[in-house]
Amino acid sequence: MIAQAVSQSGVDKFVNALGSGVALGAIYALLALGFVIIFKATQVVNFAHGAIAALGAYLVSYFAVTINIPGRWMTFAPDWLQWSLSALVAVLLTAVVGMIVERITIRPMIGEPLFAIAMITLGLDLIIRTTTNDLLDNTNAGLGDPFGLEVLTFGALRLDAAQIATIGVTIVVVLLLMWFFRTRTGVAVRATAFDQEAAMAQGISVGKVFAIAWGIGAALAALGGIFSSVGSRGAAGVSPFTALIAFRAFPAIIIGGLDSIAGAVAGGMIVGVLEVMAGTYLGGISWLGTGFSGIVPWLVMMAVLLVKPYGLFGTEEIRRV
Amino acid sequence: MLEIANLEVVYNDVVLVLRGLSLEVREGQIVALLGANGAGKTTTLRAVSGLLDVHEGDITKGTISYNGVEIHDNDASKTVRSGIAQVMEGRRVFAEMTVDDNLRTGATTNKNATSVKDNYDNVMEMFPVLATRRKDTAGYLSGGEQQMLAIGRALMANPTLLILDEPSLGLAPLLVAQIRDVIVDINKQGTSVLLIEQNANMALSIADYGYIMETGKVVMDGDADKLLGDEDVQEFYLGLHTEGGRRKSFRDVKHYKRRKRWLS
Ligand SMILES: Nc1ncnc2c1ncn2[C@@H]1O[C@H](COP(=O)(O)OP(=O)(O)O)[C@@H](O)[C@H]1O
Ligand SMILES: [Mg+2]
Repeated sequence: MIAQAVSQSGVDKFVNALGSGVALGAIYALLALGFVIIFKATQVVNFAHGAIAALGAYLVSYFAVTINIPGRWMTFAPDWLQWSLSALVAVLLTAVVGMIVERITIRPMIGEPLFAIAMITLGLDLIIRTTTNDLLDNTNAGLGDPFGLEVLTFGALRLDAAQIATIGVTIVVVLLLMWFFRTRTGVAVRATAFDQEAAMAQGISVGKVFAIAWGIGAALAALGGIFSSVGSRGAAGVSPFTALIAFRAFPAIIIGGLDSIAGAVAGGMIVGVLEVMAGTYLGGISWLGTGFSGIVPWLVMMAVLLVKPYGLFGTEEIRRV
Repeated sequence: MLEIANLEVVYNDVVLVLRGLSLEVREGQIVALLGANGAGKTTTLRAVSGLLDVHEGDITKGTISYNGVEIHDNDASKTVRSGIAQVMEGRRVFAEMTVDDNLRTGATTNKNATSVKDNYDNVMEMFPVLATRRKDTAGYLSGGEQQMLAIGRALMANPTLLILDEPSLGLAPLLVAQIRDVIVDINKQGTSVLLIEQNANMALSIADYGYIMETGKVVMDGDADKLLGDEDVQEFYLGLHTEGGRRKSFRDVKHYKRRKRWLS
């Protein structure tokens, strides 16, 4: 989903860059949300987030394309529905992987230095990425083409179906999360995030909270990975490079302030829009080089950090042990 | 109902903090656990509630039993389910969450919706201040209100034993009196209470029985009114706390008098 540099009138160009930026920002927002939920609930900086995203995308290519499950049992259903169900299976499976990973590698480390745990996630990144790349034979695998070439126009704005799906799913995810954090379990997760010992004193099982956070975090990473690999415009397909999406989402996470749903979404949108805008308007300036739009998020992040070290939406907090 | 026998607790495998502590809370009682800063009161609570792990602490000797069942190996969640709830030192409300959500966390172990509702109504009745601030963020409550919220949160678990760790700490006298009345109320409604305090007068004024701790051990215990009238206790807790800048040890004052008492 890279912005097109089609020559258009000024307003059209801007509106379409904005639309593409929001769609890209939605992908970053999904990744940021997953990262932030794991970080808030468990205080773990998950360096394996990109690898988990790529795993999710790979699983879609496996279920939707390679073995066509559950589509093979429901040929009567439209393609997009078959594909969506495969994607759902992939997302749920990735969530389970996230929970298993948490149980085996993170849970035993509760109470150990956070630096050591971060290093473990770095190891996890290597393991999950290598495994996924092996499964991919180190090449590119398509995720299927559920959305076709359909383009919807809203006045001057043209969005392809994949972009609309990305934005739509992100909105649904945000609504679901807002609902979840009001439920009994969601309140337990928030309590644990705020003060682990006080949460335990209420009888909240911190282990369960950790598992839930990793499950949700991994599922959101998978969605981010899937939507960054599907679609007719971008470099469709999952490849050994897919995991690198985390590096592009990281500025969004930091700008958002690591603290809230709103922050993660806003951070994602800011970075997505600026990245596409830079590609659209600065692409022609040759001395900036061709990859400049990819650097923009990092430049923005650095600028934000200079002014607001805790991100735009982050709070400076003194954490209890 | 709660029995602690010869309890030893070590932090980080080296720091021996409880050295053979024994105490008992009988059904229906308010029991005061008194002692200076660092005596090991909070550690005792952590041992009972399964929170030593968090602090790298271990029980190396002794037993803790509740209603005849040994609970010293229980994790925190199991302890709460067995009927023991606590109000932690420093209140520890979830400051970013609303009053209502704080109370909901207290009901974690209670899966019965009607009973949760009953407890909630009961808490609202007991603390009218909270009733007017249900949707407010807990962090914006005053210290006294936060303490009430912390107590209300603990009551949401429907405990048979409530342990409070220095609930009067940092509160103005009027609020201390309020908290004291609340504790009496809770006890009247059938919950036994272990009240950890440095404010001996407040605690003993409502307690049935009291224990005085020093460096990890009980150095004196007895009926609350007896302790309240005891010269040593008075000397230790009222005005004579410090001697040459250092807190006077209760042991220094007690020896000969105590022997005399044993003989009489
Ligand atoms: N996590 C810990 N690690 C090592 N020592 C501790 C820890 N927590 C408390 N202590 C020590 O244990 C002793 C008793 O502390 P505590 O139980 O908090 O006493 P109290 O509640 O009576 O003030 C103190 O000397 C304190 O320094
Ligand atoms: Mg203490």
